[in-house]
Amino acid sequence: MTQSFRLKDVGLIDRNKKLSFKFNGKKYYGYEGDSLASALIANGVHLIGRSFKYHRPRGFFGAGVDEPYAIVQLYRNGETEPNIKATEQELFDGLEATSVNCWPSVNFDIGAVNNFLRIFLPAGFYYKTFMWPKSFWFKIYEPFIRKAAGLGTVSIKHDKERYEHKYEYCDLLIAGSGPSGLASAYAAAKNGARVILAEDKSRFGGTLLTSEVNIGNKSGKEWADGIISELKEMPNVTVKNRSQVFGYYDHNMLVMSERVSDHLPETKEFHPKQRLWYIRAKEVLISSGSIERPIVFGNNDTPGVMLSSAAKEYMKVYGVLVGKNPLIFTNNDSGYETAIEFKKNGINPLILDTRSNPKSEIINEARDLDIKIKYSYVVVAAQGYKKVKSADIAKISDDKEQLGNIENVKCDCICVSGYWTPTIHLASQSGNKTKFNEEIDAFVPGISKQNEKTLGAANGIYTLEETLKDSFEVGHEVSKKITNNENKVSFPNVVEKKSSIHDKFWCVPLPKGKNYKRFLDFQNDVAVSDIEIALREGYRSIEHVKRYTTLGMATDQGKTSNLNGLQLVSKIENKVVPAVGHTTFRPPYTPVSIGAIVGREVGKHSKPTRKSPMHSWHEKNNAVFVDAGVWLRPRYYKRGNEDLFAASKREAKNVRTNVGVCDVTTLGKIDIKGPDAAELLNRVYTNAWSKLPVGKARYGVMLREDGIVMDDGTTTRISENHYHMTTTTAQAANVLSHLEYYLQLVWPELNVNVVSSTEQWAGAAIAGPKSRNLLQKLFPNSDVSNEGLPFMGYMEGDLFGVKARIFRISFSGELAYEVNVESNNGNFMWEKIIEVGEQFEIQPYGTEALSTLRIEMGHVAGSELDGRTIPYDNSLEGLLSKKKDFIGKRSLIREAFTAEDRQKVVGVVPLDKKTSIPEGSHLVKDSKAPSPNPKLGYISASCWSVEYDNPFSLAILKDGKNMIGEKLFVMSPLKNKIIPVEIVSSHYVDPKGERVRS
Amino acid sequence: MLHIKCPHCGMRSQNEFSYGGDASVKRPELGKDISDQDWNNFVYNRKSLRGKHWELWQHLAGCRQWIKVERDTGSHEIFKTLKAEEEIS
Repeated sequence: MTQSFRLKDVGLIDRNKKLSFKFNGKKYYGYEGDSLASALIANGVHLIGRSFKYHRPRGFFGAGVDEPYAIVQLYRNGETEPNIKATEQELFDGLEATSVNCWPSVNFDIGAVNNFLRIFLPAGFYYKTFMWPKSFWFKIYEPFIRKAAGLGTVSIKHDKERYEHKYEYCDLLIAGSGPSGLASAYAAAKNGARVILAEDKSRFGGTLLTSEVNIGNKSGKEWADGIISELKEMPNVTVKNRSQVFGYYDHNMLVMSERVSDHLPETKEFHPKQRLWYIRAKEVLISSGSIERPIVFGNNDTPGVMLSSAAKEYMKVYGVLVGKNPLIFTNNDSGYETAIEFKKNGINPLILDTRSNPKSEIINEARDLDIKIKYSYVVVAAQGYKKVKSADIAKISDDKEQLGNIENVKCDCICVSGYWTPTIHLASQSGNKTKFNEEIDAFVPGISKQNEKTLGAANGIYTLEETLKDSFEVGHEVSKKITNNENKVSFPNVVEKKSSIHDKFWCVPLPKGKNYKRFLDFQNDVAVSDIEIALREGYRSIEHVKRYTTLGMATDQGKTSNLNGLQLVSKIENKVVPAVGHTTFRPPYTPVSIGAIVGREVGKHSKPTRKSPMHSWHEKNNAVFVDAGVWLRPRYYKRGNEDLFAASKREAKNVRTNVGVCDVTTLGKIDIKGPDAAELLNRVYTNAWSKLPVGKARYGVMLREDGIVMDDGTTTRISENHYHMTTTTAQAANVLSHLEYYLQLVWPELNVNVVSSTEQWAGAAIAGPKSRNLLQKLFPNSDVSNEGLPFMGYMEGDLFGVKARIFRISFSGELAYEVNVESNNGNFMWEKIIEVGEQFEIQPYGTEALSTLRIEMGHVAGSELDGRTIPYDNSLEGLLSKKKDFIGKRSLIREAFTAEDRQKVVGVVPLDKKTSIPEGSHLVKDSKAPSPNPKLGYISASCWSVEYDNPFSLAILKDGKNMIGEKLFVMSPLKNKIIPVEIVSSHYVDPKGERVRS
Repeated sequence: MLHIKCPHCGMRSQNEFSYGGDASVKRPELGKDISDQDWNNFVYNRKSLRGKHWELWQHLAGCRQWIKVERDTGSHEIFKTLKAEEEIS
């Protein structure tokens, strides 16, 4: 098919660049500068999809963001995206799109049977119908609804495209580049303000592109082009097209999505597909214009019924006729402008004006052009199924209640204008208290809460001269507040045609004996009758009516339906519109792709990755890594075909028999200095610290104020007023904040400084019976004997020329040391340990072996210190000082915390000594008890004991103190396991702790 | 996203801060006897006010200072910010 609806010379498209595209598999041609919508209309395609609920045929209703119908599935460069408005999608060569909401095809759609069942699909249908029988829900109702609903298909492939985030600051953000946006931006920019001007469409100028006006002896478009090119040259101005400011958040933070590459066949190298801008503006000017309002009549959703402004835009911007036999249905002068445009292009329209005797310049011009006009006439109903074929029209009485004789006139499109609705979304999102403007019969922004101001049509000002005057003035005033400059630009001479007042008529009554569907919300198929039902059923609040009927809840957020819905509710309720009020406007103003919101934070970039200085050594030596917070830690070092279980067992066993080395760089480290450091430790740890000598380490537990264990670790006294604190890997950041909180806010009199030194030190734990022998070789000049460096001792040493800190501390329960060197020397230290350790059969061990070692020793760690346990629960009550107060101490004497049968950590061994116990399983007395089976405790950590070669677990068990020796059952419904077990001491290996002191 | 004036660093976005609760709560003195009720009030009981409220924030990704912020919990308006050592007026 050729582009038979394309005009010859009109429009802003580039006829030298012909583009081919496919819609529903059929090939068409358009031009560069077309939207997908305009290219389809040029080819005479008006059937785009099916409606959401009744599957009625859908065409085009608008030409921009307000489009409720023309939503397509887009295919671009091997990717697919749903919920794309054909009116917003720019045409590119090779574009492919398909209809949504129809099966098997848009022409023959089985779901359209809903249209004939519609009396059974009233408001609240979903709530009322699919209630019973219950068993039908999963098998019948839900799959049916799922198939029937939705606006396309989401791709489940990994999105190859890149999305970016950008943070920006400016004096003035101006949303919309119509007359008010351009004028205010120009005035402010010339006065030195840093301005961002954002335009949703590809072309700047808004209504100036389509209206017949004259500014400073130029056409609207020429004037807009001149202003834009001047603004683009100014260093203090950022001008962005294809950029929608969609959300207005607190403290003048606005978010804008820039469609960088969506208009291209594929994204250019190093370019993102979309960019999300977070803009913090000192002042915001909202120049988002207005959206034409439909008039409600029978079958007003038939393809070919559209907004009159859209018809004009298709002609003037895209050089496309929406029809060759148009009917214009209007209650104001805007319809005449569209009619005049048709006439100029050789088409004879018929105007139906609801007003009886309007007079204005524009009307005179239409008359002079011999355009046929019928006054006091309305469209009663559109006729035709997949496209308008004719219209039933009638004269309407002055009170707008009585229809005259119905006549049928042939037409191929009906262009409707019910006057204009200011786009107050951004203003409302900012917290602005909107008010109702009687004159324009719509809401406009009222009292600002943030630094924003709405200009032009968005503020209900519909004449160009007033808009420009006001916008130049505001642009100047607002910029003056910021820059203190006084550079005023001169105001151009404006010529525009004067309009007469509009008729507040919005809904055509039904003729006798007909029950045409009269739609309010075109995307969600909400008709007048649905609202009537909702109100009859007792819904009163507009917010409830909205949710019950889904009015305004579609992806277009009711841009064309809200006000007519309010009119209807107020009419039935016999209230004025402002008394009904409007529903809340929420961001985003237009749909935003999830990719843009996520930005670069996908996959491994969703969080930072921290690596120890020894990371590359681990990699080279077949380490299998595990995420520990944001750190990557070796979980085990794979040898041959070993799996996790075999490798970790081997590594743990080697620690118990020879010596192992583990990368403990990730442990949190905090450097504490100051004369009151010991006092701080005394207050944050449960045990006493004042007598810890220099060169000694101590294990400590810290609580939250509610008595729950927060973290544990060792702290070493490096010198008189200098301590080195270690925390668990997971709690490092929290502990630092915790210390800062008490030092800055609670006890500012303490003279102490704390700073994180986690990244400054690389750490290696050397553990096993041969660890001292290894240490002696590593530090030949130091006395590391049991006397020279006793358990919990600390010394500095010289590791082949590198300064090292040596701590005799143990997590594994073996004779063990921890060596720290400056991070830069971490790899050197590690290689030396491995090299020298070879003669002692050293093996590196990962976190899995580390866990095994600590579990069978009964050392509590993160899985027991889980934010729900107190010191007693972890058998740490011996560390509670009776003499001094500390954070959380007062909480420990509360009744539940001192109960006789309080939970406590215990060991768990399966009776068969074979079956591994899943972590998280429950402990019960009787495995056959009826459910809910009383739970006595839970398995916190499990391992395979390398000492006894059988499974061993730790558990937090009610009355654990008195349960040693009891036989219980472990139940894991998830793993479908019931395991008979015996409760033993949590200290399964070396209960007296002799090895660490050996 | 809130825009918070750190008394040390100036205006900064909310994502540099972490929230720290009611700034009017005073920790009971160490070592002093205190009733269950008073301790409970300190640890758990907070008013969830709508309106002006002094709260603590830490400039975590900045100077790491704890600061006091007077904010309207309904409108999110911030009236005043103070350094940790400054008394709420």
